[in-house]
Amino acid sequence: MKYRNDSGINDNRAEKRVLPFTDNRQPDNIYPMLRIRNLKCFYGQIMAVKGITLSVKEGEIIALIGANGSGKSTLMASVSGLLPTWTGEILFEGKNLKGMDPPAVVKSGISLVPEGRLIFPPMSVYDNLVLGAYTRLRKKAREDVQQAMETVTALFPILKERFSQPAGTLSGGEQQMLAIGRSLMARPRLLLLDEPSMGLAPLVVEKIMDVLELLRSQGLTILLVEQNARAALTIADRGYVFETGSVVLEGSADELLADTNVKRAYLGKDYEEFDDENR
Amino acid sequence: MQEFLQYFFSGLTNGAIYGIIALGFSMLYRSTDLINFSHGEFVMIGALSMVTLTMTLKIPVIWAFFIVVFGVGLLGMVFERLAIRTVKRPEPIVLIIITVGASIFLRGAGMLVWGKNAQSMPPFTPHPPLDIAGARLLVQSIWILVIAILIAACLHLFYRRTLTGKAMYACAINKQAAWLVGIPSKMMILLAFGLSTGMGAVAGAIIAPVTMPAYDMGAMLGLKGFCAAMLGGLGSLWGSLLGGFLLGVLEAMGVGFVSSGLKDATAFLLLLLVLYFRPQGIISAASVKRF
Repeated sequence: MKYRNDSGINDNRAEKRVLPFTDNRQPDNIYPMLRIRNLKCFYGQIMAVKGITLSVKEGEIIALIGANGSGKSTLMASVSGLLPTWTGEILFEGKNLKGMDPPAVVKSGISLVPEGRLIFPPMSVYDNLVLGAYTRLRKKAREDVQQAMETVTALFPILKERFSQPAGTLSGGEQQMLAIGRSLMARPRLLLLDEPSMGLAPLVVEKIMDVLELLRSQGLTILLVEQNARAALTIADRGYVFETGSVVLEGSADELLADTNVKRAYLGKDYEEFDDENR
Repeated sequence: MQEFLQYFFSGLTNGAIYGIIALGFSMLYRSTDLINFSHGEFVMIGALSMVTLTMTLKIPVIWAFFIVVFGVGLLGMVFERLAIRTVKRPEPIVLIIITVGASIFLRGAGMLVWGKNAQSMPPFTPHPPLDIAGARLLVQSIWILVIAILIAACLHLFYRRTLTGKAMYACAINKQAAWLVGIPSKMMILLAFGLSTGMGAVAGAIIAPVTMPAYDMGAMLGLKGFCAAMLGGLGSLWGSLLGGFLLGVLEAMGVGFVSSGLKDATAFLLLLLVLYFRPQGIISAASVKRF
């Protein structure tokens, strides 16, 4: 467990219980790594996220599910610093992210794998990965970056085979792996993923989800936005269901997977199947 | 043959100049997606301050050259900081109009500082012209060619080998993605402006001995450089250089064999043809991307 002592938060369990935020649904008293309170995000006059409160504890995989336009990606944009127009509170390891631009957020330990991957297609796979470590290379942490490169290539051996190839020539799944690998190069403690399964074959999705589980077992905390609710909830510990900018449901992944409303709305089961199951 | 060679030499010299100016356009476009229409004015400032430094202040050519390039690069950064970054809604059309405005401003400032008369300075090295198969090649032309190719090679290495170069290129490919991986895109844009205008100053400094620089030289040079950049495919470095040479040589041939009135028309005729038939430039888009 890492807490920042300069952040005004005392690493003292007894005091932590007194803090206003305690997650009552889960008995453990781990102080959340990422805490979002009453977040409202604005695009001009339009409020896309209408007061969301959620928390991510160290070592958890959290899934955010919901339909298009429900505010999941907007939330990701706010946390990663892309969208500066929000009110409320986003605390990461006790530090407020308000006013930070994306490079500052990356430096503080959060990396986003953006929707649509956003790799640099004309550049080689290797260069893509190296740029992922830009903030660390600036600090001359060469050995550290070398190590990160080895970790990433161990995770995705295919990327090493394609090192000198332009990233644009990779298949969709490989590009997603590259996008994840690029984010990992910054050595984040919290990884945000926005729709990592978009446009990928089910087998590839499974592979990606396996990797996320593996990363979690290595100590990474993951916040995952997914349309593919089943895949996300299968690996997640807890989930939040978004609808038009608000959280309408939250709970453990198993609870959500079993919830009738979630099944109907996001897991693609129709009424007949329910009948079958309930028989 | 002798005549042809003479035109070819002069075309090559002009072409190298257009090439360097085109490189400035291309590299800025590559890093920021922006076309700086005041680029020609930075060339003018480079040329005129080169004359002032060497003729009035008697600074040795080599030092003057570096002072001019760094000084103008710095000026370019100031321009970006004051006029480009402060724009509230940075839409392309707004930014382009700002650069056009800046070009008018800089031309006026140039006139106030250096006056309306053309200036002159001697070549970098006092060596008589070389005689090659009856055609004469100025030594300054060799300087110009060598420096043009050297600059393109340095830029190539910069983009290929250095982290900053790669980061800058990444910014051009996708500014948001670059920002998300932690590249400070504002810094990169500032740097791109500095490099691009510095390159303009290189072009100005090396042609100062052969062109009689004056405050209004920037507009035409800027446009020719833009033509060359379009010819080679905007954003492609070697393409820009090639476009510059092509434009320079064709222009010289047009002047020599058809009519001297055709000089400037050649560039714009070529630009029209390229825009009509190959808007992606003569070097195809795919290879441009791979550069």
